[in-house]
Amino acid sequence: MRKNGVKMIKIKAKDVDVFYGKKQALFNISLDIEENQVTALIGPSGCGKSTFLRCLNRMNDVIDICSVKGEILINDFNINDKGCDVVRLREKIGMVFQKPNPFPKTLYENVSYGPTIHGIAQSKQEMDEIVETSLKKAALWEEVKDRLHEPGTGLSGGQQQRLCIARAISVRPEVILMDEPCSALDPIATAQIEELIDELKKEHTIIIVTHSMAQAARVSQNTGFFHLGQLIEHGSTDKIFKNPDNKKTQDYITGRFG
Amino acid sequence: MNLILFTFIVLLGFTSYYFGRKKAYTIQSTKKRLTALPQFYGYYLAIWCAIPAFIIFSLWAIFEPTIVKLLVLSDYSNQGYLDDELNLIYEKTKALSRGQFTGEITPFIEASAEKYLSLRSIAQSSKVVIVLSAIIASVAYAYKRISSNSRTREPVEKFLNAVLFTASLAAILTTVGIVFSLIFQTIDFFKVIPLFDFVFGTHWYPAKAFVRDSSEALDPSMYSDTFGAVPIFAGTFFIAFIAMCVAIPIGLMSGIYLAEYASYKVRQYAKPLIEILAGIPTVVYGFFAALTVGPFLKELGTSMGLEVSAESALAAGGVMGIMIIPFISSLSDDVITSVPQSLRDGSYAMGATKSETIKRVIFPAALPGIVGSILLGVSRAIGETMIVVMASGLAANLTLNPLESTSTITAQIVVILIGDQAFGDPKTQAAFALGMSLFLVTLCLNIVALRVVKKYREKYE
Repeated sequence: MRKNGVKMIKIKAKDVDVFYGKKQALFNISLDIEENQVTALIGPSGCGKSTFLRCLNRMNDVIDICSVKGEILINDFNINDKGCDVVRLREKIGMVFQKPNPFPKTLYENVSYGPTIHGIAQSKQEMDEIVETSLKKAALWEEVKDRLHEPGTGLSGGQQQRLCIARAISVRPEVILMDEPCSALDPIATAQIEELIDELKKEHTIIIVTHSMAQAARVSQNTGFFHLGQLIEHGSTDKIFKNPDNKKTQDYITGRFG
Repeated sequence: MNLILFTFIVLLGFTSYYFGRKKAYTIQSTKKRLTALPQFYGYYLAIWCAIPAFIIFSLWAIFEPTIVKLLVLSDYSNQGYLDDELNLIYEKTKALSRGQFTGEITPFIEASAEKYLSLRSIAQSSKVVIVLSAIIASVAYAYKRISSNSRTREPVEKFLNAVLFTASLAAILTTVGIVFSLIFQTIDFFKVIPLFDFVFGTHWYPAKAFVRDSSEALDPSMYSDTFGAVPIFAGTFFIAFIAMCVAIPIGLMSGIYLAEYASYKVRQYAKPLIEILAGIPTVVYGFFAALTVGPFLKELGTSMGLEVSAESALAAGGVMGIMIIPFISSLSDDVITSVPQSLRDGSYAMGATKSETIKRVIFPAALPGIVGSILLGVSRAIGETMIVVMASGLAANLTLNPLESTSTITAQIVVILIGDQAFGDPKTQAAFALGMSLFLVTLCLNIVALRVVKKYREKYE
């Protein structure tokens, strides 16, 4: 989004290196993410795009052998700082995973999970409202409003993924990270999610990792191309897809490798 | 002789395997396509060599003694002997033929012994002949089939199927057999002791049954107030309860620690160490309870002004709990580890801490499996014998005071069946009745546990 013609930068990654044990997975990544836009990260399998995504909400902390170096500024605050509260960070930066992973609880409990652990809702009524608005924003409300107290694992794959999106937006995050959110879904469910992404970007900054070039072209405004742990090229999606600077990008997008 | 024949059959089986395979290679060398891999030809021939021989061999072993006995005793058939007397004569005959007879040798028995020996030698030689000819016939048949390159894979697979089926059948039949032996004795027991007295009687004192003179007629009234199982059922559940009070919290917490908190290195060493606990024989736990924990508790209690029996339910239950810890911790560790990582990620990504994730996501997801592991632990606690026998005494007190001694079903079975037993006596049969009720209780628990575990599996697969 441009304010007075100036790009608003939400996330600023500076010289990020990631190591799995001794193996370096990301080399010197510097990337700016625009606010209220969809940024797609593309690249062949194992290129480090998911690893980079997981740096942004410090999900790599979960992996014992993983270490992250460099600065990642979100709202000008370095999240790799010791003073960063991971719980608050993840409240602000939601995540949707490759495989739908609803908790084995009811739909209602799935969506109210975040608000509960962050103590957002003051009353049952407020919680009901949060659940309803989150499900509505995730375009799932109409389908499930009569069975909120049934297990979330009983939904179809596409519905489960929208439930996970509802769960992620229930705490009103500023950024939503999506790690190949459609790769386990059929084309119809994929189309629904893509539509949803377009809607969500009004209120959230979205970063999506995808294997589908077509999807990147459809949903994103900016694109970054990763290859072998390096950010080869990034810029507006139009430019990357129509007139890339780098030969590798050109080859990947035209399907010559990857 | 039997051993030699047996080894011979086995050797022949191996040899025919190699011949079968060799034949297959010969067929292959004529550029014909084999119907199966060469080793199937070998297996096929080996099976045909050994199996008919073994069947004849085992049938012979089953029927030979009976037939020989019939033939030997046919000499006595018209002389009005009773069955028992005939059996005695036969035993004498056998003893004499082995040269171990010490009584008075009558000409009759001497003649029988000779007949017995000659019959045995005829049986032996005919067995060898029949088994060998069976081998020759079946190998010839199988070799002909192999030579004509007919199918060998299907018969071999079918045979393996049959072997595996027999193995599982053996396990099932054993269970059925055990249950039936329990049932008949139990029924006999309840013919003398009313079921009502057994189930609701509050006084268990089987020693009373010792005083009966076995030549007297059985008088059921003298057993009233002897076989009331309430105290020992209560004792069983009480001790199991104490054990679970120790085992569930410690086992569960160590399971959670191992699965979620422990680093790879700690887990690598801690898990086998905890599982060593499961490998300690229960009798060792028993004397640990009886010689260390029991006296310690007694001293501790005395210093606090409590009256503690040296053999207390607390000592037995507590040590039993320690014994069960590895079952619960290891099983719940497995269950928790098998909760998909994606659920953990989902929870962490929402900003949940580790303990919140465990409490709100992992524990509920793993709960059915954890309940299953606890129920398996309970059935172990109920079935445990040695610790109770050694540490909690044998007096079946009806008490809820953990500092007193009490007894359990299994311990009472031991008490009843130790030393001289008269079969057909209610005292002995009481052990079967107890065994039966114990079996029913643990069976129910296991069924529930298996159901719960199954339900859990359906959720993620």
